[in-house]
Amino acid sequence: MDKLILRRLDQNAEEMILNFGPQHPSTHGVINFMVQTDGEVIRKAVPDVGYLHRGIEKIGEIVGYPGFMPFTDRIDYVAAMTANEGYAIACERLLKLEVPPRAQWLRAISGELTRISSHLVALGTMTMDIGATTPFGYGIRERETINDLIEELCGARLTFNYCRIGGVAFDMPEGWRDKVLKFLDHFDTFVPEFDRVISFNEIYVKRLANVAVITREDAIDFGLAGPNLRGSGVEWDIRRDLPYGAYPNFKFEVPVGKGFVGTVGDCFDRYYCRVLEMVESSKIVRQALNSLPEGEVMAKVPRKPKPEAGEATGRVESARGEIAYLVVSDGTDKAYRVRARTGSFMAMGVFEEGSPGLMIADLVALISSLDVVAPEIDR
Amino acid sequence: MAPPSQAAKQKPRSLVALTLAIVLALVAGLLGAILFLTPATKPAMMDAFIREVLQRDPKTWSGTSLVYAGALALLAVILLTFGAIISSLTIWWELRVSARMQSRIGLNRTGAAGLLQWLADAVKLIFKEDLIPDDADKPLFRSAPYFVLAGFTLTFVALPFGQSLIAADLNVGLFYLTAITALIVVGIMFAGWASNSKWALFGGMRAAAQVISYEIPAGIAIMVPILMAGTLSMQGIISAQGGWPWEWFIFRNPAALGAFAIFFISQLAEGNRTPFDLPEGESEIVAGYLAEYSGFRFAIYFLVEFGNVWIMSAISATLFLGGWQIPGVTAQDYVTALGGSGFPALGWWGLQAASMGVFVLKTLLVMNVVIWLRWTLPRVRIDQMMDLCWKYLVPAAFTMFVFTLLWQILVDRVPVVETVSGGVLFGAFLLTLALFTRQTLKNIRLVHGDRIDLTNW
Repeated sequence: MDKLILRRLDQNAEEMILNFGPQHPSTHGVINFMVQTDGEVIRKAVPDVGYLHRGIEKIGEIVGYPGFMPFTDRIDYVAAMTANEGYAIACERLLKLEVPPRAQWLRAISGELTRISSHLVALGTMTMDIGATTPFGYGIRERETINDLIEELCGARLTFNYCRIGGVAFDMPEGWRDKVLKFLDHFDTFVPEFDRVISFNEIYVKRLANVAVITREDAIDFGLAGPNLRGSGVEWDIRRDLPYGAYPNFKFEVPVGKGFVGTVGDCFDRYYCRVLEMVESSKIVRQALNSLPEGEVMAKVPRKPKPEAGEATGRVESARGEIAYLVVSDGTDKAYRVRARTGSFMAMGVFEEGSPGLMIADLVALISSLDVVAPEIDR
Repeated sequence: MAPPSQAAKQKPRSLVALTLAIVLALVAGLLGAILFLTPATKPAMMDAFIREVLQRDPKTWSGTSLVYAGALALLAVILLTFGAIISSLTIWWELRVSARMQSRIGLNRTGAAGLLQWLADAVKLIFKEDLIPDDADKPLFRSAPYFVLAGFTLTFVALPFGQSLIAADLNVGLFYLTAITALIVVGIMFAGWASNSKWALFGGMRAAAQVISYEIPAGIAIMVPILMAGTLSMQGIISAQGGWPWEWFIFRNPAALGAFAIFFISQLAEGNRTPFDLPEGESEIVAGYLAEYSGFRFAIYFLVEFGNVWIMSAISATLFLGGWQIPGVTAQDYVTALGGSGFPALGWWGLQAASMGVFVLKTLLVMNVVIWLRWTLPRVRIDQMMDLCWKYLVPAAFTMFVFTLLWQILVDRVPVVETVSGGVLFGAFLLTLALFTRQTLKNIRLVHGDRIDLTNW
């Protein structure tokens, strides 16, 4: 059977067509890239997505508003907390609910911790894709501590299901605050350690600098989001520019790509933006813990909420860029439509335009620098 | 939920003792066998054996060739086994070191400190189904591992383990070694082509481009010790050096230091070690030429890859680091210890064992550096790899070669420059080592405070 995607490649050319995936070690999940190569040089790479499509948005129309929350974990399981939060915010706007401040603070704390742990995976796998195996273990080591902390908070290590419509599921346990602060003290020494281990390694810089440059205009045109957009020098962060939850109360920088070692918007800029973002997240968690308000963690929400007919969006800054939920209600206890717009899917658009002329090894660097996660692409 | 029991599951002492006994006995036994057999299979000793033990005249007896052949076959088996065991233990050492570097625990299940893991792995691989892809070129696919294995094992013929411990001291020993190791790339190219897989083809192409390119700087770099020693024989090159560090080739000539660096980098590339592990770069081309191999054939590739680390370290140690030369022992001491004709005296065997020890120690030190590099550096891209070879290493190697020519003329006129260079460069090396150690300790303190924990071994 002729795959539709093949029509986008020149099948009569003499060059080899290579299935880069879906079980390739560096596609970060089941994504396929149809690559037309002339030896090591890529003529064109076309992403073939859909291997992980589970119909999650359709499920949202069947299970009712609170019941959809565990499914949002599966949209982005590397940073599930923000995926939760976006859906919760959309539903709260639909129901016109006031979320207690303590719940908002807890969302910010857990969300930023997840952002750190997600970036650790992204950076670790990126170094591994470039060929250095050691830094990956260092990232995973720190992520393990974060997972322990979040497990104490909500009982899960990967798919948290922590946010609820109108608040969060649990208040933080006793002594948790000190544990997080202790971890942050340690983590502040980890970032320089990670830089020493790999970031400015000569070979690593040579592999990433000036590779797969996405210019400022292109990044906006492709609809890139999050660190991928900021890596191209666009200063845009939902947490700061369209504030939600507790974020207006915190002071933090928005790191953007400055061409740290090469051109603005190259693979290294996207990489280093994530490193700097981890530092900012650590600052936010520290501020949030020091200004944590007392009170309830859940608003009064009926068991089966029935919002008025209408629609609402929830946009949050996830680790992979913006996750935006559109929830449409028809007045019943089940949503008429749930739609999620995710950063990884937008990143898939870059390849067809950006890949010609890259080498096989650069394609790997581009994929990992965009930090794509397969379930977020397909949903 | 109760935390899991913290009571450490200690391995029974008897098991630890058994593991250590097995591994030490294997290594000591094989090294001992090499120590005994390499001098004993030399014609003079064999003739003496036939004359005195079998009571025959070696010149006229018809069984002479048979005894010769038997002894050489035994030596070959011992060397092959040594190659297999040493590469297995290299794997173990590499995994332990990498675990330490990555703050993991590492091997610790099979035997004490996982010392028997290689045995378990080998048994597993041997018992796996022998798979050949349908579309593969079957004869080529089957024959490829033999080339690789031959390229690896035949190097042991000209590898000097000690003063008299060499299977055959060929007068073109070094030339032989470079020629034989090139067989490996033939096997790899066969594997890449015969697998009939796109990834394998990439791997084979990369291997061909890389290994053949890097043979050129390596080949020019080894001209430096050849010029300094005036011979291609491995024993001759070592004999031209001395036991003390300032008598090694690497310090005696500033160009030799550069040549060593070029040779070392080229050997990394030829052995497909990080940062030059492009032919099997897992994150790019899955497993490269190995993609379709499994079971015993895969085991052979694996064995050769790690055995090559030993070989390349041994050749580096031989050419530049004085080989088996014991500090303070001269060539005359060996002759004195031999004590006339007949079976050598015990003191001679002791000296041989000591020289073997020096050689093994130097090889292990170089090997350790190779392992550190692998777990530290990322992979270069293929165009960068080619750039490094043709734009930098080849011209640099030629420069070293020409410099050495002039240097040898200078040494001929003013012999003292060699001693001066040896002293100065060795001093500089010690200084670098001290600075390196200081920086390492500083880095450790940055992470762990004042506590340097080495208990996790």
